[in-house]
Amino acid sequence: MCLAIPGKIQSIETIHNGTVRMAKVSFGGIVKEASLEMLPTADVGDYVLVHVGVAISKVDEAEAAKSFEYLKDIGEIDELIEHTQV
Amino acid sequence: MKYLTEYRDADVVEKYINELHKITTQHWNIMEVCGGQTHSLVKNGLLSMMPDKINMIHGPGCPVCVTPLNLIDKAIYLAEEKNVILCSFGDMLRVPGSKKSLLEAKANGADVRILYSPLEAVKIAKDNPNREVVFFAVGFETTAPANALSVLHAAREGLKNYSILTSHVLVPPAMEAILSDDTNIVQGFLGAGHVCTIMGLEEYYPIVENYKTPIVVTGFEPVDLLQGIVMLIKQLEKGEYKLENQYSRVVNENGNEAARNIMEQVFETSSREWRGIGTIPYSGFDVKKELEQFDANKKFTINIPKAEESKECIAGEVLRGKKKPNQCPMFGTKCTPTFPLGAPMVSSEGACAAYYHFSQAGELQEA
Repeated sequence: MCLAIPGKIQSIETIHNGTVRMAKVSFGGIVKEASLEMLPTADVGDYVLVHVGVAISKVDEAEAAKSFEYLKDIGEIDELIEHTQV
Repeated sequence: MKYLTEYRDADVVEKYINELHKITTQHWNIMEVCGGQTHSLVKNGLLSMMPDKINMIHGPGCPVCVTPLNLIDKAIYLAEEKNVILCSFGDMLRVPGSKKSLLEAKANGADVRILYSPLEAVKIAKDNPNREVVFFAVGFETTAPANALSVLHAAREGLKNYSILTSHVLVPPAMEAILSDDTNIVQGFLGAGHVCTIMGLEEYYPIVENYKTPIVVTGFEPVDLLQGIVMLIKQLEKGEYKLENQYSRVVNENGNEAARNIMEQVFETSSREWRGIGTIPYSGFDVKKELEQFDANKKFTINIPKAEESKECIAGEVLRGKKKPNQCPMFGTKCTPTFPLGAPMVSSEGACAAYYHFSQAGELQEA
């Protein structure tokens, strides 16, 4: 399943001797870890689409809010965050 | 029946529905490639609102549904016979193999773990140096970069006990296979939004030109889907064939180059068997030879006979868009989400499960 959830980057840490950036991303209050290796320019405060633990695209705040509400409405958020579908 | 007032964007939905009724003068067969779009179309009751002249054909874009029976059997074999920690996305667990599912193997004591991300599997391998860890790497171009990333992480960590069992499938070769079929009736495609987020649009221009078939890259929400369908019908009614991008707020022309670079480091294109469809040339990603220590297919000797598909399940015809799920004699009787005969009744993105969960009698289109 190719759905992706929008969330806000809260903090970023580097691992593997600084070569890999991992972010704490908040999805409506639920915080999960996501790799930023596919978004080299993403920064704290940015909204990103996260798919299977990896940020794949930046989105603006309005798009993130609208998309998140829709996913919540159709009951996909818990499912997507707890047990990723592909 | 879903009523227009139930939508947050009710006025916008109504505008597009009305426009579709106004502009559609003849019968058109449109395929939405992505299972997420199928799910949204059915769940939101959009099929019953659209003109009868528009026939939505549900494409093979559910990676769970098209993962071959033999690979599911391989994953079960690794979990049961090789004592590996078999990690998987959640929706693969209930798909029936030839004798059982991964969930049944787990219930019988195999170490099968459901993960949110393939990167978690690398952590499990690091924490369990005396066990082999295999990640069941299924997915389209949206998911393949994350699966590739797990291999790069394992390589950086110097892990010798991590590998992936790949079942990646690629969208453009599947679209070409559908369009090349003598019996093809698809006249236009809704392209898969998040696949194009990674891959960009480049691969789709030749398909549009070679097959004179319009493609509109589309998002997943009701308004996205309806807008994409309006754009496609406008082209079809005018006899045009162009590539258009309805989902430009997320998808850009070049896609995500960093993601593609990660895939190129780990994978090479290969022929791939699609469950219910057969082998499509250049339609998959396998681990490159130089990284074969991370390829579970190479790392383990897996001697299992190739099993036959269930004769009762018409998943192949459903996945090729030849039949609607409710045209299967087993639908809702011998085949339900609780006791599925085939993968499209298991995955939330499978057309059969979508029809079962969200359709009202008489609401869905006839093929």
